[in-house]
Amino acid sequence: MLKYAEKIRETALKLLKEDRIDTFIGYRKGTVPMMNEPVLITDPDRVDQLHWDSFCALNLCNYLTKRTDRIGIVATGCNSRNIVTHIVENQIKRDQLYIVGIPCEGMIDHRAVLRAVKYREILDIREEGDRFLVKGADFEETFEKNKFLQSNCAICTHRNPVIHDEMLGEQVEEQSGVEPFTDVEKIEEMEPVKKQAFFTRLISRCIRCYACRNACPLCYCPTCFVDESSPQWVGKSSDPTDTMTFHFLRAYHCAGRCTDCGACERVCPMGISMRQFTKKLNKDCLDLFSWEAGLTLDQRPPLDVYRPDDYNDFIR
Amino acid sequence: MTDKIFSKEEWLAGLKALSQTYRVFVPVKDGDFHTFMPLDNGKIPDFDYQNTRLSPKSIIYPQSERMFEYSLDPESPEANVLKESSKDYSPMAIVGIRPCDAHAFQIVKRNFDNPEFRDPWWVQRAESTTLVGLGCNEPCSTCFCTELGEGPFGQEGLDLLLYHMGEGFLVKGLTQKGEELLGKITGGRPANDQDLKAAGDLAASASGKTGPAVPTDRLREKVTNDLFNAPFWEEVAFACLNCGTCTFLCPTCWCFDIQDEVLGKAGDRIRNWDSCMFPLFTLHGSGHNPRNNKFQRVRQRFMHKLKYYVDKYQNGVQCSGCGRCVRYCPVNIDIREVCKLMNNYA
Ligand code: SF4
Ligand code: SF4
Ligand code: SF4
Ligand code: SF4
Repeated sequence: MLKYAEKIRETALKLLKEDRIDTFIGYRKGTVPMMNEPVLITDPDRVDQLHWDSFCALNLCNYLTKRTDRIGIVATGCNSRNIVTHIVENQIKRDQLYIVGIPCEGMIDHRAVLRAVKYREILDIREEGDRFLVKGADFEETFEKNKFLQSNCAICTHRNPVIHDEMLGEQVEEQSGVEPFTDVEKIEEMEPVKKQAFFTRLISRCIRCYACRNACPLCYCPTCFVDESSPQWVGKSSDPTDTMTFHFLRAYHCAGRCTDCGACERVCPMGISMRQFTKKLNKDCLDLFSWEAGLTLDQRPPLDVYRPDDYNDFIR
Repeated sequence: MTDKIFSKEEWLAGLKALSQTYRVFVPVKDGDFHTFMPLDNGKIPDFDYQNTRLSPKSIIYPQSERMFEYSLDPESPEANVLKESSKDYSPMAIVGIRPCDAHAFQIVKRNFDNPEFRDPWWVQRAESTTLVGLGCNEPCSTCFCTELGEGPFGQEGLDLLLYHMGEGFLVKGLTQKGEELLGKITGGRPANDQDLKAAGDLAASASGKTGPAVPTDRLREKVTNDLFNAPFWEEVAFACLNCGTCTFLCPTCWCFDIQDEVLGKAGDRIRNWDSCMFPLFTLHGSGHNPRNNKFQRVRQRFMHKLKYYVDKYQNGVQCSGCGRCVRYCPVNIDIREVCKLMNNYA
């Protein structure tokens, strides 16, 4: 993945110098290991800041919403699918964008790395091919990247960008034989009471910081239902019922639109697996409508359309 | 003041006994990180931790707190009368609190307990709480408490300070309140000169281990409007998600919002932590929002911590250098970098 950093810088420089874009959106290297910062570059002299590694696991599409300039943007498979969704939902126009595609081999789960080094403080991480080296004050360990993929990346079948103006490398082989929904199936089999207990426990640590909502490109409503005060849809205290309401409603608002990019889970300060909600809806969309979000510019998300000739009985 | 040495077992047994008279909070491992929990929750305290993910501020200042209750039942003689909710002010002890977080309580105190205002709930809870600090033998590289406070073995705001020494603890008495708590813990032996020297060495070696210096010396002399209008805010704010991570994890952020919640004919007036990062924070009843843009909200957070507070209280910055926001801001907006920008701004 590291090899793309130089290419991103070259491409951004070219695009800015040739005045084909006004701004370029990518990442710069973070000040602490395993963290990178999304950055907006307008000055060709500052493209040096651009960086790429296996910790670029936010969703840059989040920064496109309602922009009016001409933008160059780095996109992995899932990010590109969110860009498609953004275009379909009129949050950005296709002709404003110059999409720089990265064939993605998955992002590293920073929490798994911490667990692997037994929570000792990590001072530096270096990637070398399909391995990475972790350094602390008094240890050095090497791991295989493949065993440390974020859980959404491990089941991803759209690693290559679905939309792009330029690709920075050869397409990567898509993963085959993955079983993306084994966790969801387990929950589906639970008795309602157990299910409720499972979800109650899942979100028990939630502090309602809304990082999951805000990291998600799908959440762009001018006023979110949780912030609305007249009428007030949901209480603002840390009462578990309100927290659950927030999670359910957020997930349903993502139904048929979620690309399972994992940004929500990546940003949660409390390590909550809120993808358990959206994944169920993704599974339903696949089962009921043969739909995966963000693969085509020609169709609107399933819960966004009504057709009298719909092939499903339950909707007619 | 007393200085005593306890073996690990003696100390843990002592805390158990203490929980007869105090509500004792200790750091425990909870999943991937540590949290302060009541000692009686069945989990084993872990004093080999770096710091808790959430600061212990919620023990004194809960994320959601019922202030008043009322009845909306017209039949009731007490209809529409606000009544203060009952609270538990029995003695509490936070055992193993890091010096940065104890320092943070002193910062927050300037807001909740000053000659102008006294927040009755915060004050009474703080007064009934004994803070038993635990010095940091191995501070994180993202800690900058040495610049902003008294460092990894700072004593400010603490009643007792623990030195984690190999097999046991040296406990240093710092206040009368601390002595009282210590008196309730049996066992141990008085510390001798050798113990005290070893403890001093531990502290000296730790103070050199915090992260790189974060200069704050020129913040006061800056003209507020110059900083406010500085050109860097849009860039600093670009990546920000406007989430509550930094402010909710921060031990020094104190803002709250008041909400009424009604079920049937009974109502509660609740205060909840709020965050200047949320658009709703400054939304006026008229619909106007003076901080309608993301960069204005980001600017507010840093200006409050590093300029307005500095000017108002003339007592340092509103940050204890705990490093939580540095480590957990999901988009890596680093207060140390922003502080440098502000401090160096011409
Ligand atoms: S809900 Fe989570 S996984 Fe789905 S698109 Fe949003 S951030 Fe990505
Ligand atoms: S990011 Fe985590 S803690 Fe914050 S609201 Fe979402 S689930 Fe809750
Ligand atoms: S600075 Fe970071 S933690 Fe704070 S609101 Fe912005 S994204 Fe969230
Ligand atoms: S601003 Fe950041 S470093 Fe300072 S006290 Fe708050 S969380 Fe800790």
